[in-house]
Amino acid sequence: MMNYFPDEVLEHVFDFVTSHRDRNAVSLVCKLWYRVERYSRQRVFIGNCYAISPERLIARFPGVKSLTLKGKPHFADFNLVPQDWGGYVQPWIEALARSRIGLEELRLKRMVVSDESLDVLSRSFTNFKSLVLVSCEGFTTDGLAAIAANCRFLRELDLQENEIEEKKNHWLGCFPDSCTSLVSLNFACLKEINLAALERLVARNPNLKSLKLNRAVPLEALQRILMRAPQLVDLGTGSFVLDRDSDDSETYRKLRTTILKCRSIRNLSGFLEVAPHCLPAIYPICVNLTYLNLSYAAGIHGSELIKLIRLCGKLQRLWILDCIGDKGLEIVASTCKDLQELRVFPSDPFGAGHDAVTETGLVAISSGCPKLNSLLYFCQQMTNAALIAVAKNCPNFIRFRLCILDPTKPDPVTMQPLDEGFGAIVQSSKRLRRLSLSGLLTDRVFLYIGMYAEQLEMLSIAFAGESDKGMLYVLNGCKKLRKLEIRDSPFGDMALLRDVGKYETMRSLWMSSCDVTLGGCKTLAKKMPRLNVEIINENDQMEFAPEDSQKVEKMYLYRTLVGPRKDAPEFVWTLV
Amino acid sequence: MEKEGLGLEITELRLGLPGGSAPILVDKNEKKRVFSDISGDLDNSSTDWKLTQTKNQTVGWPPVCSYRRKNNFQEKDRLETSKMYVKVSMDGAPFLRKVDLSMHKGYSDLAEALEKLFDCFGIGESLKDMENSEQVPIYEDKDGDWMLMGDVPWEMFIESCKRLRIMKRSEAKGFGLQPKGSDHKGNSKDVAK
Repeated sequence: MMNYFPDEVLEHVFDFVTSHRDRNAVSLVCKLWYRVERYSRQRVFIGNCYAISPERLIARFPGVKSLTLKGKPHFADFNLVPQDWGGYVQPWIEALARSRIGLEELRLKRMVVSDESLDVLSRSFTNFKSLVLVSCEGFTTDGLAAIAANCRFLRELDLQENEIEEKKNHWLGCFPDSCTSLVSLNFACLKEINLAALERLVARNPNLKSLKLNRAVPLEALQRILMRAPQLVDLGTGSFVLDRDSDDSETYRKLRTTILKCRSIRNLSGFLEVAPHCLPAIYPICVNLTYLNLSYAAGIHGSELIKLIRLCGKLQRLWILDCIGDKGLEIVASTCKDLQELRVFPSDPFGAGHDAVTETGLVAISSGCPKLNSLLYFCQQMTNAALIAVAKNCPNFIRFRLCILDPTKPDPVTMQPLDEGFGAIVQSSKRLRRLSLSGLLTDRVFLYIGMYAEQLEMLSIAFAGESDKGMLYVLNGCKKLRKLEIRDSPFGDMALLRDVGKYETMRSLWMSSCDVTLGGCKTLAKKMPRLNVEIINENDQMEFAPEDSQKVEKMYLYRTLVGPRKDAPEFVWTLV
Repeated sequence: MEKEGLGLEITELRLGLPGGSAPILVDKNEKKRVFSDISGDLDNSSTDWKLTQTKNQTVGWPPVCSYRRKNNFQEKDRLETSKMYVKVSMDGAPFLRKVDLSMHKGYSDLAEALEKLFDCFGIGESLKDMENSEQVPIYEDKDGDWMLMGDVPWEMFIESCKRLRIMKRSEAKGFGLQPKGSDHKGNSKDVAK
C-alpha cells in the first residue's frame, strides 16, 4: 500500500518523526522506508564512537547535518579511565571533511579534541553553525580561535566542563566584525577572557539568547553586557562581587536598573565568585526563573540562599550544593511547586558532612514537589522508610540517582540494607530509565530491579550485591537495559557468561574491581565477535604472563560493527 | 601454586631481553581491592572516609566528575567564592587597608587580623574592655551610622558592615557613636553617661 506514495510524500511524513529512536524504528519497517529514511535523515546520534566508523555513517546518511558523538565510558568522569584511553574525534572530522557532507552541527561528549581537529572543522563546512563540547579535552584556545575566525555563520559555541589549555591569544577577538549570528555562547569553563572583545561581540550579536560567562568577567562588565543584551533567556554570571564601600554603590545601582530590563531570563547559573550582599540585584528576575543552577556557587549559603529560593516560585529545575541543608530543602519544597528536576551536589565530599543533607530533606521535597521526575542526590544517609515515602509521593521518576557519601552505609535507624527502599522506587516509578544505587545493598535489590524496572536503560552499581545472582537478576529482567556500569561488586564470570547475547542488545558494560577473570573475558570475546572486550591494565609492572584465573581490574565491553579499534593504547588489550 | 622461586620463573613464557632480569610476577588476586582493603585497614572496620583522603585519587568516590572536583572542592577556592571586602582605616596610619570579612569566623579572629595588618595590638582587648582600651574599633553600617564593633552577633555584623575604622580613644569621646542599648536612630534607652 505504501508503494503508491511517491518517496517525497514518505519523506514529508518522516519529517515529523524527529526522535532518533523513532527514526531508527521507521528505518526497520521495510526496504523502501529504510531507503527514504536514510536519505532524509539530518540528525544522527552515535552513543559510542567505536561502535561504527565515520565511513559507514557517511555512506548510510549522506544528508547528515547534525552529528552527536560520545567517546569515553561514563566512569571516566571519576578518573577510573586512564589518560590516552581513546575517544578521538580527529578521524571523524577528517572523514566528514573529505566527503561532501554539509555538516552544520557537532556535539561531542567525553572525547579528545585537538586544535587540528577544530581547525579542520572550521575550514571544511561552510554552513557550520553549532559546536557543543561537553567534558572534552586535548585542545587549547588556539582551536577556539580557528572556530571563531572561520565559521562565518556560527550560531552556537557551547563549552561545558572541558579541560582547555589557555594560550595568550585573544581567541574571542578572532570573531570577525561580520559575525552577527550568535545565539548561544558559553565559555564558563575558561579562566581568562578578553573583556573588550567580549563586550564588542555581545554588542553586535542582537540574537544572543544564551550567554554563560566565566570568573574573569567582573560585575561592572556584566552590567554593561546586560545593557547590550536585555533579550537574554539564559544567563551564567561570572564573578558577582562588588566591594561594599561607596565607590561601588554606583555600579551596583546601575546593575539593579539594568537587570530590571532583562525580563526574558528564565535560566540562571554561575556565581562562581559571589559577594552575597550583591544578590538582591537579581531578586527581580527570580520570579520568572525555571532553571537555577547554583552548584558552583559555594559562596551563597545560609540565609542568603534561602532568601533567593523563596523568590523562585516557578522553578522546574534546581541544581544546588548540599550546604542548603534539610531545612533549606524544606523551603524549596514549599516554594517550588513545579519542581521536576533536583540535583544536590556535595560541597565537601571528604569532610565531616556537617552541612550535608539527609533523608529528611528528600522526603520534604517529595512531599512538596509531586512533579519531581529527575533526581541526583548526594547525602549523608538514607533510610528505607524515607525511600518508601518518596516512592509513594513521586511515582514519576525517569532518573533516580542516589549517592550516599559512605557507599556501604545501611539504614541508620534499622541498620538494614536499603534493598526495600530502592525496591519501592523501582516498583512505583514505572517509567524509570536511569538508576544509580548506593548504601548497603544485597542481591535482593537486584531482584526487585529485575522484576520491576521494565524501562530501565542505564544502571550504575558500586559496592553492592553479594553474589552473581545479583547481576543475573538485572541482565535477565531489564529488557531495555543499554548501559550497565559496575564497580567494586562481587560479580564474576558466572554472571558475565550466562547470557552472552545480551550484550549485543546493549551499548556497553563496564566492570571494575569485580570478580571477573581474564579467562572469563577471553571466553566472552571468543563467543561474541561483534563485541569489543577491552581490558585496561594500569600496573607499573606489566604482567607478562597473566593467568586466566587472575581477576581483571577494569573491563569495558561494547557492541560494535567495526571490530577492534586501531587506536587503542598499549595498556588497553582488546581480547579476541 | 608457588609463585615465588626461580624454578617457576624460568619456565614461564614472557617478553623481555634475553638474559635480562626476570620481571616480578604480581599476583592479581593479592592486588588491593581498594575499598575492602581500606575498611580492613581501619581499626573498627567502619567506613570512615575521612581517613581515606589520601587514597581518594584511586577510589574515585564519591562519583563527582573531575571538573566539578577541581572547581568546587579546593579549600582555597571555597573561601574565595564569597567575598566581603571592606576598607579599614586606622587613625594615624597613612594608608587604608582592606579585609575580607568572610575569611573570619568571629570578632576575635577579625581583631587579630586587624592587629596584624596595622602592626598594633589592643584591638582584641578593646572588644572585651571598651572603657579602658586605647583603640576603639567602629564600623559604618548599611544605614550610614557609625557603630561600635562587637554589639551585634557576628553574622549580623558582616551583613551590615560597609567599612571599618580603628579610632583612638581620645577621638571617640566627641564622635557621635550610638551607645549600646540605643535604637538605631540614636535615641538612648538609658540616660547617657
